[in-house]
Formats: sequence, structure tokens, C-alpha cells
Amino acid sequence: MADLRYEAPETLQAAVALLAGASGPARVLAGGTDVIVQMETDLIEPSLLVDIKKIPEVRRITAENGGFRIGAAVPGMEIMQHAALNKAWPGVVEGVKLIGSIQVRGRASIGGNLCNASPAADSVPPLVAAGAIARIIGPNGSREAPVEAIPTGPGKTSLAKGEIIASFFLPPRPAHASDAYQRFTPRTEMDIAVVGVGVSLALDAAGSCTAARVALGAVAPTVLLVKEAADALIGTELDEAALDKLASAASAACCPIDDKRGTREYRTKVAGVLAKRTALQAYERARGN
Amino acid sequence: MATILEKSGFNPDKKLKIVGTSPVKHDGIDKVTGRAKFGADLYLPGMLVGKILRSPHAHAKIRSIDISAAEKLPGVKAVVTRADFPEIKAGTPDGDMTRNAMAREKALYDGHPVAAVAATSESIAKEALKLIKVEYEVLPHVIDPVQSMQPSAPILHDHVRTKGIKGADQPSNVIERLDLGIGDVEKGFVEADVIVEREYDTKPMHQGYIEPQSCVASATEDGQIELWCCTQGPWVFRDRLSNILKLEASKIRVQQSEMGGGFGGKTGFYGEPVAIQLARKARRPVKITLTRNEVFRATGPVSGTKSRIKMGVKHDGTITAAEAELIFQTGAFTGSMFSNAPQAMFTRYNLKNVKTVSYEVVSNRPKVNSFRAPCVPQVVFGVEGVIDELARKIGMDPIDLRLKNAATEGYKTIYGETFGKIGFVETLEAAKRCDHYNSPVPPGQGRGVAAGFWFNRGGETTGTLNIAIDGSVTLILGTTDVAGSRISISMMAAEELGIPVDKVRAVMADTHSLGFNRVTAGSRTTFSTGMVIVDSARKAIAELCKRAAVIWGVPEDAVTFEDGYCKPAGANVGTFEPLSIAQIAAKTMATHGAIAGHSEMNVTGAGPGFGLHIVDVEVDKETGRVDIKRYTVVEDAGKAIHPLQVEGQYQGGAVQGIGWALNEEYYYGEDGRLQNPSFLDYRMPVASDVPMIGTEIVEVPNPRHPYGLRGVGEVPVVPTMAAIANAIGQCVGIRPQSLPMSPPKLLKLIEQARAQNGG
Amino acid sequence: MAKKYHVTTTVNGDEYEFLCEAQQTLLDALRDELMLSGTKEGCATGDCGACTVMLDGTMVCSCLVLAVEAEGARIETIEGMANGDELHPLQRTFLELNGLQCGICTPGILIAAKALLERNPDPTETEIRYWLAGNLCRCTGYDKIIRSVQAAAKEMRGG
Repeated sequence: MADLRYEAPETLQAAVALLAGASGPARVLAGGTDVIVQMETDLIEPSLLVDIKKIPEVRRITAENGGFRIGAAVPGMEIMQHAALNKAWPGVVEGVKLIGSIQVRGRASIGGNLCNASPAADSVPPLVAAGAIARIIGPNGSREAPVEAIPTGPGKTSLAKGEIIASFFLPPRPAHASDAYQRFTPRTEMDIAVVGVGVSLALDAAGSCTAARVALGAVAPTVLLVKEAADALIGTELDEAALDKLASAASAACCPIDDKRGTREYRTKVAGVLAKRTALQAYERARGN
Repeated sequence: MATILEKSGFNPDKKLKIVGTSPVKHDGIDKVTGRAKFGADLYLPGMLVGKILRSPHAHAKIRSIDISAAEKLPGVKAVVTRADFPEIKAGTPDGDMTRNAMAREKALYDGHPVAAVAATSESIAKEALKLIKVEYEVLPHVIDPVQSMQPSAPILHDHVRTKGIKGADQPSNVIERLDLGIGDVEKGFVEADVIVEREYDTKPMHQGYIEPQSCVASATEDGQIELWCCTQGPWVFRDRLSNILKLEASKIRVQQSEMGGGFGGKTGFYGEPVAIQLARKARRPVKITLTRNEVFRATGPVSGTKSRIKMGVKHDGTITAAEAELIFQTGAFTGSMFSNAPQAMFTRYNLKNVKTVSYEVVSNRPKVNSFRAPCVPQVVFGVEGVIDELARKIGMDPIDLRLKNAATEGYKTIYGETFGKIGFVETLEAAKRCDHYNSPVPPGQGRGVAAGFWFNRGGETTGTLNIAIDGSVTLILGTTDVAGSRISISMMAAEELGIPVDKVRAVMADTHSLGFNRVTAGSRTTFSTGMVIVDSARKAIAELCKRAAVIWGVPEDAVTFEDGYCKPAGANVGTFEPLSIAQIAAKTMATHGAIAGHSEMNVTGAGPGFGLHIVDVEVDKETGRVDIKRYTVVEDAGKAIHPLQVEGQYQGGAVQGIGWALNEEYYYGEDGRLQNPSFLDYRMPVASDVPMIGTEIVEVPNPRHPYGLRGVGEVPVVPTMAAIANAIGQCVGIRPQSLPMSPPKLLKLIEQARAQNGG
Repeated sequence: MAKKYHVTTTVNGDEYEFLCEAQQTLLDALRDELMLSGTKEGCATGDCGACTVMLDGTMVCSCLVLAVEAEGARIETIEGMANGDELHPLQRTFLELNGLQCGICTPGILIAAKALLERNPDPTETEIRYWLAGNLCRCTGYDKIIRSVQAAAKEMRGG
């Protein structure tokens, strides 16, 4: 890597051109909290780094059409400190809050977290549960895709050469809706999730669940959006039976691995336990909205 | 005149002015401003970056190494391999040591050094490593020690014949079988009313010091070496380097840096011999700083174990017999210090019948190094669990059972020493009285206690105390200051001389400046170097009195020293104004020379340390996650020279034990490679994982030391895992027998307990 | 010779310039180019916090920032924490209450604690622990670190 080239373009178009025209392996540099680690540990050897932090669109959070547009390279801390995001999407904020340490969150972004495509990424399950849409800019113009379509396997995304995620859109929230993210780690902080669960749901005025999305992280090669788990909640007030159904559906959807962070058996069990806890938390919040 | 080893002059009634207070440590200002120079903080002109090429195989013959392409890369100034290290016979201590530093015939673990380069930049050095061609013949490997003991296991060393087994004439991975016992356990078990026998296993872990090893080596054209490194033993390093590199000791000057944690892991060298050989070849200084990955893969982790422990007790609480069978893995080479385990594991109880059989076994992992109380916490994890179980079975309070069997002065230990004054009983009684033990266990939580012991060591130590012309004092210390011993030693010097501690400053010496010092380990530093400096101070005081006698024109024995002043010994000597140290120095240095005291000795009389830990935990029954709610360390310090330091040792050891108990372990893949060589997946406690750690300092002075102190560095980690396991057992219904007690394992136990209780 | 980048940056109020390769981190540059060795490397992968510095007012791991990214930035390291001979209250309380043993984690922890007290002058014990979760310490067990931060916070509030 003695001839690694670093570029810091000021427009998306320039960034796309650099990436599309790269002759060797190229990486986008947002927060750097994955890319720099991977270079340090010799997992990747790029010949070009494209630092996108000078591009205004990817660094700002704006209200849009009742929802939010979050730049792909906004540092986690900024998301955590955004009052309106905290109110509307506490689960998304929770996911961001659990990435690394305060130091890491000073730099890490949800764009990087998603495109690094670790099965255990913390911000991805709540973004999937939220129904977030990624806006992708590439050599052929711009397109949109749901967040769950981006990771295709550990370390792999569906982005074509030259494509960058510019921002994410979180849709407007109806009343009585909220979300939550919980994960299991052996320590209180600093661990990669052994299991992560993001739940977003909406209720009617009587407290019955009218819509739900349940996403599981760290229990499959990519985040799983589990329809059966969501269906278990719809039409219920999250009574014991509904929660049991939810837990079973969550556990059934898991196809985890055995590794130094958890066993297959353990992850499958805890997915069910966490699904219940996370759904209840989202429910309590939704009732309060 | 009796030497300080024969007569320490310990006086329990002496009013102390400085010892027992907690002044700001003198080296602290450099550490809070970033000025302090740790291993990686030295930069020399012309310095090159050294990088080590490591075997990716757990076990392989090294057929050939081709460095020609690497040598030609612009910016590369030297490349070394086994060819650059003197040939030393395999199977000797030096032979093992040189092979651990640079492989010769075989690579014995993932991470074993096989070559190294020195280059003008890190990126060139890394590129050069890629150009070195090593031809390996990969061999089958074995990681687990029990598997390594099987006859079918791949043999690491053809020369090993098991010591301690008659007729062992075949190559083996079992280095030694050690039998150690007293009395008659068969008889003892017959006398018992209740017997408990359990098996335990503990995974290897790492000391986890935050500072990776780093050194800078430079060499002159005529063969003199200067080595700057973070080390717990500059002289030990020097002498071992002298042996394996075949250089005279006087030609190697080892200067210790400040050290960012060692805990035993820096008592052996890793990059140092390589940096020296590179520096000699490149004719420029070479710095080698290990990456965190290298620290985990290729320095000295802590031994994993398997044990079977059996103890018997009478209804009245008398323990009648104790038996243990222990297996220790030592990694690729011998040197686990496993004999500590049978010597220490039961040695706080006055047992008459003990039988132990211990094995040290090699396998394809890095050679282990010490941690606090090497090899003992792993087996105390089991012993204190069995004792707890015995207590519950006979309906006795767990501390009371330990009190009933507590060793006291006069007990002859299994390793042949007889205890002098010790404080185990006092420690247990203090624990019984303490607030934590007397608070009710909060609902949903479980409480555990466990006791620990460590010999504490003395050993070869040297030091010098110099008095300056203004009466201020400088100390030359040989032992590494790992956490704050230098201030405690300065306090003892100040106390002896009757001067404020601010008038004293200490330096950590290089190997040219003092005679041999054994490693900073064994909880020996404040005790031994303190002893040596007190001895030096007393010699300096004798010289001061001589000088005062000259000034006054009186006989030497007519002068006495008190509170920083030389005074006439009695009214009959004459009326003389007391002379301060500064006055004597000013008046006599020009005519009589400097005033100093110097001491070297093999320090003895270290007083054993005892502790009792109390912990409350909460277990999430659906996930197996453990929350440490409250922790108290009760331990005998003999005399706390600097109480805040002593508390810090207790708290630090306890939290290391919490990590060891709950999450720290080495994961190996099928390919024999370490899977978690990073702080991400080697899970040490972070600040949010632990509560405040309560401490109770018990003081049963050690009369063999002038200030009564006992080492405190190691006991705090000895009972920790056992106490936590005992507490978890109360929560979960089954007391864990395997370390670490990670959530997946605990969840299994919880389900087992549920099934046993009928769901 | 590898491609090098010329960087101009401000550290502790002083302007510096240096040359670096693209993959070198800010940590490397601070230590090896600027000789500011107070910031420590414990892991180089953002897991231990020993390399913590302030970058444009944000607390970061300098091992997770490229040296080239320091261009035009305002960096604060441990060397800038004292004001001449006057130690920052945190530096003082760590000394008085024995909040450090070996001292290797101390620069990172002091920078992190200072950042905390600047945004939250009255943190609870839990808040301090979670803020410092990215700073590993192996010697102290964290107890006296937390107490030192609490004492400094009290002093800085005028208590």
C-alpha cells in the first residue's frame, strides 16, 4: 500500500468519477472506523481512498416531506444529538449509540456501517425496521433502494462500481408509532452484537398494533427482515401469546454461525428473548406517542 | 552488627510520619502530562523500523528461508533469520529461549517469529516481509492440553522425556509430572463425613497490558549494545540476552522505560533479541513495537488448566483431606511455573493430609508467561468452590468454615516453609465484620465469598541512596515500578531519614548502574527494594553519624540519629546543636566525599498475603449475562505504606479477575490459529462493566520488614473468579466449573438447573 | 519513495506541518512526525482509547483518523491540557486520588474526561462510566479513575 492515493472531492459527481475510473481496488472513506481498521490489519489493500466528508449532501440531516434525510457520512454523535430524530426514531438512534465507543461515534456513519456489510452492524436492523430508503448516486445517475437490499453477504454489497450511497430517507411517522433496538453483548459496551433486534411498529388509538417490521442482526449473513415475526404482532396488543409467537418466529428465522462471539444455539435462543424485549420497548414508546 | 535481614528493626509502636500516608507519586506529573517515556516513546537519530515475519502455521518444519528479494528492496537495511542467531542446543533453557525469540527447526505456534527486517519506514518494512519466501512443511498440530497428552498427539519436541515419571524414555508432550503432598489422604478421606469432588477447566487468557512491547536497540561497531525496552526485569533480560546472543553482560546496557502494565507478561522478552540482531547488522538503531495482534498471538499468555479437586470435611468443620490432579498447558515451551499451584492452592488452611499430582504439557500455542500469582487463581477457582460446597453441605457459614481451618503462625506448609506471623484469621474476621458481608443480599442477587493466598517473594535486589550537598536525596532503584512502588520506597527512605518525602526522588536504573535485580514480580518490589533502600538509608545514617562525630570531635558511638538530625547520644557527650543532614553534607563532602548508602542482598522474610473477596451478582436468566453489583476485597497488607496505592492494587486485581471470570479467553480455530487477537474480541472489562470496588486493608505487620509490609500485588486476583462463581451458583442453582463463565455457558447451566428442579 | 502528502494542521494551538503516506494515521503522525508521544498506541484498531485526542472539538481515536485528514484541523492532545504550570483540575485530581497506576491509559482518559465535563459538568457515576467505556484500563479497575473525574467535576462546578 506504499502508493495509496487519497482524494477528497467536493461533489458527489467527482467522487463517483473517481470510483468509477479506479484501476485498482478503491474504497469510500467516510468515518473510517472500519476502513482504517481493515487497512491496519491487512484485510484490505486499496490503491485509492475517496474521502467523501467534504461533500455537503452527505454530511447533513434535513427534514424532508415530513420525514428525515440523513447524509450517509453524518457522524454518529450528530445523529445521537439530533432532538427530532431522537423523538421520531429512538430505535435508529439506539442502534447508532451502540456502535463502538464515544470516540468511534465521533466519526462512524450509518452509510459506512451499512456498506461495511457486517452481519452484526448495529444501525442496520433499526434502519431496516424503519423502512429506510437509500439514495444511491452512480455513473448512471441516481436510484433508490430499501436499506435491506444493500448488504448481500458479509463484506459485500449490491452497489455497482462507482456507486455511493449519498443519503438515507426515514419516512414520516404517524401518531402512536415508535421503534426500538436492543442487542445482546457479553460486556455493556464495545462488543460486536451477538444478536441485534430492531422493531418498528404503529398502533391504533386503542393500542392495537396496525403495522410492524422486525429486523434481526448477527443471526444470518445479512440482516433479516422477518415478516412472520411482524405478523405475530399485528392486530394484537402484544399479549403473552403474541410475544411467544414473535419469539418463535424470530428464532425460526435465524441461521447464525458458531464463532467467537456466540454459538448457533445461543444466538437462536437469545434472538427470541430479545425480540420480545425490543417489541415491548417499542410498544411502550408508541403508546406514549 | 546484625544485618537488616536478621533484625529488621520493626517497631510496632514507632510513630510514623510518612509511611501510611498517600502523597502524590513523584512520577505522576509526567504521566498526566504525556511526558513519561514508555517503551515506544524513544526516538533516536537514524532509527529504523523493525518488523517480524511470523509463522501462519501452528506447527511446521521450516525447510528454507529466502531473504534475497527482501534484502534488495530499497530502504531495507537488514534482514535476519535463524542464521543470525547463535546455535544453542534444543531443550536447554537457553535453547528454548532463543527458539521462542526466533524459530530454528520448527514453527511451533501461529505467530512464531521466523524472520525480521529493519527498514527506513513501516510501509517498506511491511512490504519487505512479503518478499521473504519461507518454505514450510506443515505438520499436524495440537492445541488442547488433554489431547496433547494422548500418545497419538503430534510431538512438539523430540528431546522431551517426561520428568517425574520413572522410565519415561519416549518423546512426549508432557514436560513434567510433579507429585507433592503431606500426610495421608486415604486416612483423611475415611475420617471425613462429607466429601466433594469436582472437575474444573479454565481457558488460557492474557495479561492484557495496554502497552504493547516496544524496544529500541542500538549497537556500536565494537560490539556494545544499548537496549531500551519496557521490561519487568532489565538484569534478567540482559543476562538472558547475553546467553542467547553470546555477548558479555558488560557489553549490554538495558535501560528500562516506564512500563504500561506487565502483570508478569513482561518478565520475558519477545522483540528484543531480534531488534539487537537487526541493529548490529544494519549498524543503525532499530525500534520494534509489537502490534496488538502480535501481542495476543505471540507474547506469553496465561496458562489454561484442567483440574480435579476432592476435599473432605467433618461435621464440625474440620477439613480432613484434600486431593488434586492438575494439568497446565505451557504453550510451545516449558516455563509455566506450574509448581506454584500445588504449593499454594490449599495453603491458607492448616491441612495435614494433602495429595497433589500436577502435569505441565506443551502444545502448539505461544509459550505462556506469568500473570499475577502464576497458575494459582486457575486452581483456586476450583478449591474455593469445593470449600463453599462443603460449607453448605454441613450447614456452616462459608467464612466460618474457612476460619475453622485457617492456617496460623507455626503451620508448616507443603513446600516446607513454616509460617511466621500471618494475618489470615484477621482477614477472615475483618471480612465477617465488614459492611458488605453484613448487608442483606438484595433480592434477585447472589452472594459469593472466596479466600486466597500468595507466598510473596523476596529475591536478589540492589539499590543505592545518595545524599546531595543540600541534604536532598536521590535513590537508584533496580526494580521496575509497575504501578507506584517508587513513591512507596521513597516514603520509606524519607521516613528513615526524617525528611519530607518531597526531598526524595528516585530513578529506575539501567543494568550498568546497579548489580543484579530479579524481576519485578512475586509482589516483591515494594517489600524487597524497600528493604534494600532502608538498609542503604541506615548505612548512610551511620556515615552521617561518623561525620558528625568528626565535626564534634567525639567518638562515633557518641552520636545518634533522630528525626533527620544527628544528636549527641547523651548529655555526657557534650552540648552540641543537632546537625541536619544538609549541614553535615555541606560541612564534610569536600573533605570526606559524598554520603551514600548502598545495598545488595537476597531479600528474605517476605510475609505471605491473604485475602477474602465478597461479591454480589445478578444473572439475567434468559441470556446468562452477569452483572457484578457489589464487590469487596479484604486483604492483609501487613502495613500499607501508601494506602491509596494498596487500594489500587486490590481494585485492579479484582477487576482483572472479573474479566477472567466472565469473558476473557483465547479462541482457536481448527487450523490452530488464534481467532481473537484484538481488544474487540478479547473482552476485558470496560468502565461500564464494573461497580466501585470496596476495599478493607487489614494490617497484621510482617515483623521481618522494617515497616511490617507484605506484598499486595498478586493476592487480589487469586480468589476473584472463585468468589464470582460461588455467587453465580447462588443465583443460578449450579456453581459453574468452567472459565470463563460466559453467557452461552451460563444459559446452559440455567436450563440444566431448571430441568433438575422440574422446569 | 512512496507518495507523500503535505499536511498543515494546528495542534494545541501551534501550527505544524509534516509529510505522510496516505495510510498513516493521525496517531502515527502525532508521534512519529511531530514527536508528540503523549498520545499512546494500545491497539491501533479503535478498541482501547489510549490514542484519544480532540479533532475539531470532537473526541476521536487518532488511530481511526488518517494523517491527511488533519489538514486544516484543530487538534488537542494531552500535551496541551495543562495551562503553563497550572495543571487542569482533572490532572490534579488524578494525581491526588491515585487515578493512575502505570499511566499508559491516562492521556486518553484525561482527554476523554475533559470532553465529558465540558458538555456535562455534573455527570452521574453511570454517565462517567459509559462515556469512558471506550478507554481501557487494566491496572486500576476504574474505581479511582471515576472518583478522580467526580472530584474534578465538583471542583470545576465551584463545589
